[in-house]
Amino acid sequence: MNGLLIACLLIPMITAAVSFISTNSAKLRGATSIAGSGLLLMIAIILLYQVAIGGPVSNQMGGWQAPMGITLIADTLSAILIVVTAIVALSVNIYAIGDISEERIAGGFFTFLNMLIAGVMGAFLTGDLFNLYVWFEVMLISSFALLVLGGNKVQLDGAVKYVAINLISTVLLLTAIGLLYGLTGTLNMADLSMRVPQVENQALVAVVAVLFLIAFGIKAAVFPLYFWLPASYHTLPISVTAVFAALMTKVGIYALMRTFTLIFPGEHSAIDMTLLCLGVLTMILGVFGAMTHSDIRRILAFHVIGSIGFMLLGLGLGSALAMGAAIFYMVHGILIKALLFMIAGIIGKLGGSFELSRLGGLYQERPGFSILFLLAALSLIGIPPLSGFWAKLLIIEAGLHHDAPLIITSVILVSLLTFIPLIRIWSEAFWKPKPLDVELLSAEQSSDEPLDSKTPPSVATGTEVVAPSISLPNKYAWFPVIGLSIIVLLIGFFPGNLIKLSDSAAKSLMNPSTYLDTVLPNRPSVKANANEVQQ
Amino acid sequence: MNSLIFSTISRLLVGLMLLFSVFLLWRGHNEPGGGFIGGLVAAAGIIVYGLAEGPAMMRKLLRVNPRTLVLIGLLTAMFAGILPLLQDNAFLTGMWMFIGATATDKGLALGTPLIFDIGVYLVVVGGVAGMVIALEEEL
Amino acid sequence: MEILLSLLVGVLMSVSVWMLLSRNLVKFLFGLVLISNVANLIIFKVGGLTMGAPPLIVDGIAAEYANSLPQALVLTAIVIGFGLVSFTLVLALKAYQAIGTLNVDEMTLAEKRQDPDDSSEPS
Repeated sequence: MNGLLIACLLIPMITAAVSFISTNSAKLRGATSIAGSGLLLMIAIILLYQVAIGGPVSNQMGGWQAPMGITLIADTLSAILIVVTAIVALSVNIYAIGDISEERIAGGFFTFLNMLIAGVMGAFLTGDLFNLYVWFEVMLISSFALLVLGGNKVQLDGAVKYVAINLISTVLLLTAIGLLYGLTGTLNMADLSMRVPQVENQALVAVVAVLFLIAFGIKAAVFPLYFWLPASYHTLPISVTAVFAALMTKVGIYALMRTFTLIFPGEHSAIDMTLLCLGVLTMILGVFGAMTHSDIRRILAFHVIGSIGFMLLGLGLGSALAMGAAIFYMVHGILIKALLFMIAGIIGKLGGSFELSRLGGLYQERPGFSILFLLAALSLIGIPPLSGFWAKLLIIEAGLHHDAPLIITSVILVSLLTFIPLIRIWSEAFWKPKPLDVELLSAEQSSDEPLDSKTPPSVATGTEVVAPSISLPNKYAWFPVIGLSIIVLLIGFFPGNLIKLSDSAAKSLMNPSTYLDTVLPNRPSVKANANEVQQ
Repeated sequence: MNSLIFSTISRLLVGLMLLFSVFLLWRGHNEPGGGFIGGLVAAAGIIVYGLAEGPAMMRKLLRVNPRTLVLIGLLTAMFAGILPLLQDNAFLTGMWMFIGATATDKGLALGTPLIFDIGVYLVVVGGVAGMVIALEEEL
Repeated sequence: MEILLSLLVGVLMSVSVWMLLSRNLVKFLFGLVLISNVANLIIFKVGGLTMGAPPLIVDGIAAEYANSLPQALVLTAIVIGFGLVSFTLVLALKAYQAIGTLNVDEMTLAEKRQDPDDSSEPS
């Protein structure tokens, strides 16, 4: 029972090390990594089962009792997210075999990918604020390495923006943690949740809360601080983009959820209001940004930002119902973003470009694949009975309970607007006849090429993602795409269990007494009552 | 850098610094020191050598690819954490054995923290030296 | 001492923010080094300063002792900061070599406006 939590952290780390040391062959490294993430997925599912049956599981590192030692704890929210993370890890590992160049694998691609997963797992599992910072750094440093691995000019250009803004967020997070430690004298999140209400200087607590909001907001690409995301994501190989888009921002949202329900709970009406405004703005910005672009990867990158807005709404509304909706949306968002980026990668391979103007005719060539894309896109938009519909329905339902017509209007409006960029991808890349466009362009480019050539214009940048020629996607790429599609469909058709799970996760977030009891079994009951009154 | 004086001195220095780094690593549990500091000193020694002789000689001195060194260190540190799990203790619990212990004297104390520190030492040496090698080769 | 440290934090913070606002990547980097040290100083300061007392005391003897946790936190933060700063330095160097400028305003390769007629450089 104890071992499970540790295993979730150790398996990716050991996989990271072993896959690099044991062999020089790219194939074997990939195979080791896939085996590792497969094992991780199994452990994660067992953990989720245990947590769903028997409540939160916790573990003290080094045998030091809380609040002295570092706590690892998995409540329902963490367990759900860990399973989803493991699913994404497995799919990306499989997808990467066909997508990542041997040169990048020799540079340690699978090592950094697994360390990134370890960082994400750690951030989900830890019950200690400073430890959360450390796991954020593990995640960040691995993401930096993935960002520049095999880097060309464009990639470095995107990396500068990504690194700069994320480092600032790191410093803010560290400062906030330091100040909070100074106010309360503890770093254990459960202990903090009991001590923060006792701090005399509540104004300073509010300042610290805002610092946390900004720090995690940068990580989650919330409205005014989002620009690093669309500036960097499209420069990366698709496997890396998929894992970044699926996981990185959601860890920020998770951290926001955790801190604002556990450490700064109660009626911070100003902060809730801020969260709601930011949520609406982020949503609108994401969808309008997506409309203005014509590179599939950039369109999807803006959709990542848009979906962050929906989760913020759930957090900002602040009831168990809304929080459950946000958690459901998070699961849906992680899976659908990974899926869509992988599909975009296949489009790029099949069409030889990510530029909408140079794609076309994919429906004629590959009707089956087109249906896959359509399903994923419709799910993102929120067409019933796909998973996105339930996610948005839950948020609207929460909005109804809170009597927030503005929120409901913006959710529906943004969902409608989401149609436009995705249908543009559909009509341009899939329905529009292909040869005319591409061949005219290639004829302009190099007149000596025959008109019926399938080769698109030569590509100046050296990215391997922007394949200079049309190529068939590696056969391994289909497994994760089809697998994720099935999972998304299953969530769409049988949402009941996931809704129940996310509701119970939200309930334990809103009333953390079981969480506190798990971490601090001997906590004084008076404080416990005071805390429950606070709810 | 082609300086006879520097390269002669650096050979002396690298031995001294490596020895000192092991000393720091060893005393880390009762006195100031430990894997991180020891690793930094060792890496500094290797860097001094590298400044005098160039990155290729630095690689030769390390013998293994610095990245491999980092990952071996990571595995070592994790191994130290896993050992107590086998005895139903929490992850990373310190476990000690005392060689030649008598009633008054604890003897030679060896424990999992030492293994952990050796792992940290390797990570730091590999990481810092690898970074400098990569930079030197670049410039 | 505490007031002195607080003042130092304030001064360093303002200096580093000024540097972070610079268009020059190297200046930005120095600002980053400074601001991460400011964060460390804050942790160090808010942890409470106890002068001339050891962190570990002999068993059974009640004595003044210093809180060692802030130092552990600062050490961790320094190590992480060290890694991040050295990475950023190398990144700045690489970016300078590849793009040929340190002015962030001119680093627009990844966000070049796509002209549908000009397909020579897809980003």
